[in-house]
Amino acid sequence: MSETTFAEEQSSTEVSSSKTVTLRIAKFNPDHDSGQQFVDFKVPYERWTTVLDAVLDVKKHLDHSVAVRYSCRQASCGSCGMKINGRPRLACFTKISELNSDVVTVEPMNNYPIIRDLVVKLDQMFENHKKVQPFLLREDSEITGPTKEFNQTPEQLEEYIQFANCIKCGLCNSACPTMATDSSFLGPQALGQAYRYVADNRDKGKNSRLKIIDDSHGIWRCHFAGSCSQVCPKGVDPAMGIQFLRGYLLGFRK
Amino acid sequence: MKRNDNREGIKGMANPGRYGIERFAYWLMRITGLGLLAYLIGHVYETSNIINGKSAWENMLSITQTTEGHVFLTLVIGMCVFHTANGIRVMLGHGGYGVGKPARPDYPYTPASQNSMHKLCIYASIGIAALAMMYGLSVLFGE
Repeated sequence: MSETTFAEEQSSTEVSSSKTVTLRIAKFNPDHDSGQQFVDFKVPYERWTTVLDAVLDVKKHLDHSVAVRYSCRQASCGSCGMKINGRPRLACFTKISELNSDVVTVEPMNNYPIIRDLVVKLDQMFENHKKVQPFLLREDSEITGPTKEFNQTPEQLEEYIQFANCIKCGLCNSACPTMATDSSFLGPQALGQAYRYVADNRDKGKNSRLKIIDDSHGIWRCHFAGSCSQVCPKGVDPAMGIQFLRGYLLGFRK
Repeated sequence: MKRNDNREGIKGMANPGRYGIERFAYWLMRITGLGLLAYLIGHVYETSNIINGKSAWENMLSITQTTEGHVFLTLVIGMCVFHTANGIRVMLGHGGYGVGKPARPDYPYTPASQNSMHKLCIYASIGIAALAMMYGLSVLFGE
């Protein structure tokens, strides 16, 4: 089997596709390049072709050097976050046909250091996530004796299940206007997760978490622009959680 | 170029069109806040001139009695009214009021915190500010 045939078989887009789009990919290697450069590629697409499919098509057939991070291709792993036509989105969850544009520009997410091309370093987001103690805090556990279950009603589950959908893709931090200027801000991802555990009736660490986020670079830097919630691909709505947390700190919520 | 944070900086804040009316309101809130702060400083300077005597005070007042001065004061009225009206919306939101209720999200995941009441309040704040500016113009330029 020739190399060309193998590549055609692996193509995610049908060869017979009549529609093409210009995929403009931002290329930048911080170790070698002086600045970001955009390279255009003509890519065939169908109604169902995602931006990730198109980027991988380019990578397979036109430019093997394009760096992109991806894994599940179904909006579950949170790996393929990037700026698509100026807005942070998951590449696997964004169809080219939905963008209604002849040119699709893909860039790395803002507010994260660029590793290469479309890949960014998410370390700070994970560090901030860990800071808010993203686990149940209480003395006993479900596995220590006497063995028992922590009961929870469907209503109690509804209080936080929305926030448990977070896949840590980082789109919210990329869209946040405070993150754009404040490198020490916890960010909507971490604050949203702080609320996820504060709202969980099994958790007893509310005061501990409120103390962590009650900081000059913590919750008070949020100005309720709501962009985090608008770009969330899982419907988490971090802006809502942040306002509820602030309600606790201001004494409006118990 | 060394590896940097790739932060959007002020440029990102100054591009409010990508995220809808809420981001535009955030941007307007910042701009009007800074504008009002500048006005407050100027106002304190202006009124402090009264200690230099009547003629100095009247000279200072005459600055705002020009066409440019009237336009400037009209802008101050607009900034003040928008900042107040939108500020009430934002303060209530900060307390957790009117931001919806947590619920299992359904596709296409419309965020409850960005509900139609907030949008209506933003449009109303802009509308009231525009009306106040029109009233200000009619008073300042009317004979």
